[in-house]
Amino acid sequence: MKQMRVFLISFLAAIVAGCASTSVPDPYSTSDDSDMNGSIDDNTDVVSTDGGRTYSYEDGGIDGEAVPFEDEVEMTMIIYFDFDQFDLKPQYVDLLSRHANRLSNNLATNIRLEGHADERGSREYNIGLGERRSQSVRRMLLIQGSTAGQISTVSFGEERPAAFGNDEESYAQNRRVEIKYLN
Amino acid sequence: MYEILKTSFVAWILILLASQSIAELEIEITRGAGKRAPIAIVPFGWEGENLNAPLDVAGVIGADLQRSGRFRPLPNEDMLQKPNTGVEVDFDDWTILGIEAIIVGRVTQTGLNAYSIQFQLFDVFRREQLIGYRMPASRGTIRRVAHRAADMIFEKLTGIQGVFATKITYVTVEQNGSSRLFKLVVSDEDGENETTIRESTDPIMSPAWSPDGRRLAYVSFEEDSEPAIFVQTLRTGNRIKVSSRRGVHNGAPAFSPDGRNLVLTLGSIDGNLDIYVMNLSNREVKRLTTDRSIDTEGSWSPDGKQIYFTSDRSGGPQVYRIDSSGGVPERITFEGSYNSRPRLSPDGKKLAIVHLDKGNYRIGVLDLNNGNFLILSTGNQDESPSFAPNSDKLIYATRQGQNGVLETVSVDGLIRQRMGSGRVDVREPVWSPFPRL
Repeated sequence: MKQMRVFLISFLAAIVAGCASTSVPDPYSTSDDSDMNGSIDDNTDVVSTDGGRTYSYEDGGIDGEAVPFEDEVEMTMIIYFDFDQFDLKPQYVDLLSRHANRLSNNLATNIRLEGHADERGSREYNIGLGERRSQSVRRMLLIQGSTAGQISTVSFGEERPAAFGNDEESYAQNRRVEIKYLN
Repeated sequence: MYEILKTSFVAWILILLASQSIAELEIEITRGAGKRAPIAIVPFGWEGENLNAPLDVAGVIGADLQRSGRFRPLPNEDMLQKPNTGVEVDFDDWTILGIEAIIVGRVTQTGLNAYSIQFQLFDVFRREQLIGYRMPASRGTIRRVAHRAADMIFEKLTGIQGVFATKITYVTVEQNGSSRLFKLVVSDEDGENETTIRESTDPIMSPAWSPDGRRLAYVSFEEDSEPAIFVQTLRTGNRIKVSSRRGVHNGAPAFSPDGRNLVLTLGSIDGNLDIYVMNLSNREVKRLTTDRSIDTEGSWSPDGKQIYFTSDRSGGPQVYRIDSSGGVPERITFEGSYNSRPRLSPDGKKLAIVHLDKGNYRIGVLDLNNGNFLILSTGNQDESPSFAPNSDKLIYATRQGQNGVLETVSVDGLIRQRMGSGRVDVREPVWSPFPRL
């Protein structure tokens, strides 16, 4: 069922991408439904026709995102970080501006940013690293107009890995922030 | 997504003082000291109702001494005689076998659930008794009494206080499909008598013993997947939530040596972690660090005057020291780019840390007097070092395949043992203080 929905979203996203634009052209963008309500902004100018680069829940896709057309659409958003890094990669700026818009358009909506670290090193220090990552995301959302009261953070450090291998591939999947919509 | 989240929020399971489980810890000596003294522990005699004594006391003592890595017990089948009292010992029989010390004893039933354990330790070369004791026991205490006998023998033969009657605590994680079950476990130092103290599908981490060995502080994410610090009394299972500031981290607890205060890590709303000291009687906290870096993993010096902690104020994590009443932190570690989670030896002379050594996270011990630094572990993701109360060895977690297992190592690095089957992920071992007698 979820797969069907993701597919449907990606299909719609492709259509939107094909006939819409962003005011700030962004090679990572697949659509410009920046207010997250399904409508397309004015001043359109087609910049992308390759849409449908869709976030997939199953493979934890790193470089795409789903575009929700209705508020009730379920989505899990994961932002990945480089080793020992807390700075947001440029490809996530657009994604976070969508989240920021969704939050500022829905002031009753609250999110929780769950920071994680890979499992190397000591556990409580890794809590600190996960916290730094969730704060990076929080700051970006605040800069883009979200209200502080809508965003809470928590760090699980290395306690909830997404991948269990002892290799860089697994570590990379674990250095992440998960955005959880609480309502 | 919220529904899934909500389900996991309420799915945590609470078990107070749960039942004992099958031993997860099996011990294997992976490396021994060069010379191990040949000794003999003769099977103890038994006088009582049933065919056998409630415990093979000599077997427990022998296993303890063997596990120390300093002794080589003679197999029972190689013994030329099996005396139960000193007067029966024929020293010539043991001299021929090259045995340096012999332990004889017996268990006597003195009541319905009352026993007397009597043992003697002899120096074979000098043909004289070194120690001899008689100790009362019940079925519930006989194993602990056997460990105490082993402690007395070990101390007499090595000059080092034994830790066979101590306990360890650790966290296990079981993967059940997509859910994970965290357990906080206490066991005897040899891995026997495992008891689950707390279970949760949300993370449990950072256990710490109170100095009297009666309570554990730990971090649990069981309430709304938010971290909180609990202090739980082992005997009763009663527990108190001592710190649960919402939206920030509450972690890394450690009791002060007098048991009155807790050092802990608290986050601020902008995510900055700092070291605080909490007065456990009124729960008031005093902030010790203010730097805009990660300051965490506080650990007390044995005199309670100083707190060692991890900070990345210089870039990477390094160990710093601050007066427990406040002041300016002083950097302690300089070797390498990663030194974290400091733990002081109970004698105050050594500092155990997690050290990044050529790409491998290993346990290092820094001698605080002369600055000598020794890497004691050999894995690539070793963590959570904790000294035994005699300061003579450490326990830490290492990896075996995907799972964590525990290892102990002597402070000179010569004697190493692995504990754990590798079937369950075991981590964060902490050695108890000496038991109060």
